[in-house]
Amino acid sequence: MRDLTREILELIRRTSSDLPADVEERLRAAIEKETPGSAARGALETILKNVELSRQNSSPICQDTGTPIFYVRHPEGWSTRKLREQIRTALAEATARSYMRPNAVDAVYDKNSGNNLGGDDFPYIHFEEVEGDELTIELMLKGGGCENVGAQYSLPDNRLGAGRDLSGVRKAVLDAVHKAQGQGCAPGILGVAIGGDRGSGYLKSKEVLFEKIGERNPDPKLAELEEQLTQEANRLGIGPMGFGGGTTVIDTKITGLSRLPASYFVTVSYMCWAYRRRKMIVKGEQVLYD
Amino acid sequence: MREVTIPISDEVIRSLKVGEPVNLSGVMITARDAAHKWMIETFIKKTRAPQGDDLQVYEALRPLLNGGVIYHCGPVVSGLDTKQYKFVAAGPTTSIREEPYQADVMKHFNAKGVIGKGGMGAKTLQGCQEVPFVYFHAIGGAATYIAQSVETVLGVYKYEFGVPEAIWVIRVRDFPVVVTMDAHGQSLHEVVEKDSGKVLADLLAK
Ligand code: SF4
Repeated sequence: MRDLTREILELIRRTSSDLPADVEERLRAAIEKETPGSAARGALETILKNVELSRQNSSPICQDTGTPIFYVRHPEGWSTRKLREQIRTALAEATARSYMRPNAVDAVYDKNSGNNLGGDDFPYIHFEEVEGDELTIELMLKGGGCENVGAQYSLPDNRLGAGRDLSGVRKAVLDAVHKAQGQGCAPGILGVAIGGDRGSGYLKSKEVLFEKIGERNPDPKLAELEEQLTQEANRLGIGPMGFGGGTTVIDTKITGLSRLPASYFVTVSYMCWAYRRRKMIVKGEQVLYD
Repeated sequence: MREVTIPISDEVIRSLKVGEPVNLSGVMITARDAAHKWMIETFIKKTRAPQGDDLQVYEALRPLLNGGVIYHCGPVVSGLDTKQYKFVAAGPTTSIREEPYQADVMKHFNAKGVIGKGGMGAKTLQGCQEVPFVYFHAIGGAATYIAQSVETVLGVYKYEFGVPEAIWVIRVRDFPVVVTMDAHGQSLHEVVEKDSGKVLADLLAK
């Protein structure tokens, strides 16, 4: 089996320092909606200067390099045990090179491992065997500030007047955006899972964040709700960094899961503007990056 | 754009108003959860006896913080093995975690500014008026850009807290921030939360 450690190290470097084009484009467009001289516009301008500099210097876009979340889809015959080792080696090396901040803290003993390697859960790695002969590795870096404002609702919710339907989902999500204010480094991107249990809800609400901005759910009902939520969240006027302004949310992604008859969860993962996610594809001898 | 130099006088602090963009220059320290807890327990509430180099560090911090600024930041630093420290990425971290400590720390050291993100609560806002000091909001996530405004790393204390939690002494030039809590009891965070709350109520009623 081929050793991919070096290529994975490059994937980490790109993810941490090179903001994807779809995100940058939206941030650029958002500037035009803010008043010249306003704190909100200043924030977006600084953000974009930062994006350019990080790309030039191969330095982290944000010092909180987050939880590294890997999704590995491999053809038959790859050893996931060896891939795990390669990912972990690459991550420790990326940390030594300052592409990543040491971020794995033992929650019981309060000790930072110094190399971003914790137990089985850190980095988080999902393996899946797929058909065909391409291996893909996707990486998302999910920051702590925005993770802290994620929220889960169990419907019905009387305080919000939210029942067990899409109208209830809408209310829960808007409430989550309001509660987050600027704390998740707005403008943000919302990943929403409807249904599931408490665990799968959070997992899937992050998984949808791997998709491109503007990609809509194939179900027209959910696609419509995605558009509506982005629009209504922006009416709240929270704005970049919570300074007040026109752009609070850049996009919303929703996924519908199965649920138990007894439960109806709505789970919201909030992603900050430093929306770092990248992909590498291994095709025979070739390695391609998105 | 308003230019402010550290150390900052009370007069300048009182002249700053919420919403105002400011460029900060001078020497400041980084401190987050571990450092605030250590200051409070060892020197302010004194529930823990000073140990190791605690007293030396305290004496070194006092003049730096008199009129000084505390930055809520856990940086990425290069040159750790050679001690030729350089800030690579240094955006603000969420400030509200220091809410129980902040006002007491500012008062104890007569510090004039806190830099962070997300704003802080009622106890800190009260402290802003009394001490006085202001809360400067940095641009969350703008880590490389802010690191560039860090001209020199002058030293580090409490390295044993880990790189993000250690107390770094840095000299900055033109560090871009926005005043979001001032010494007159105004908080931009309160205003935005209230206004957006009204819109939310309308949207929920639909
Ligand atoms: S929420 Fe995102 S942009 Fe903000 S500090 Fe955390 S990782 Fe950085």
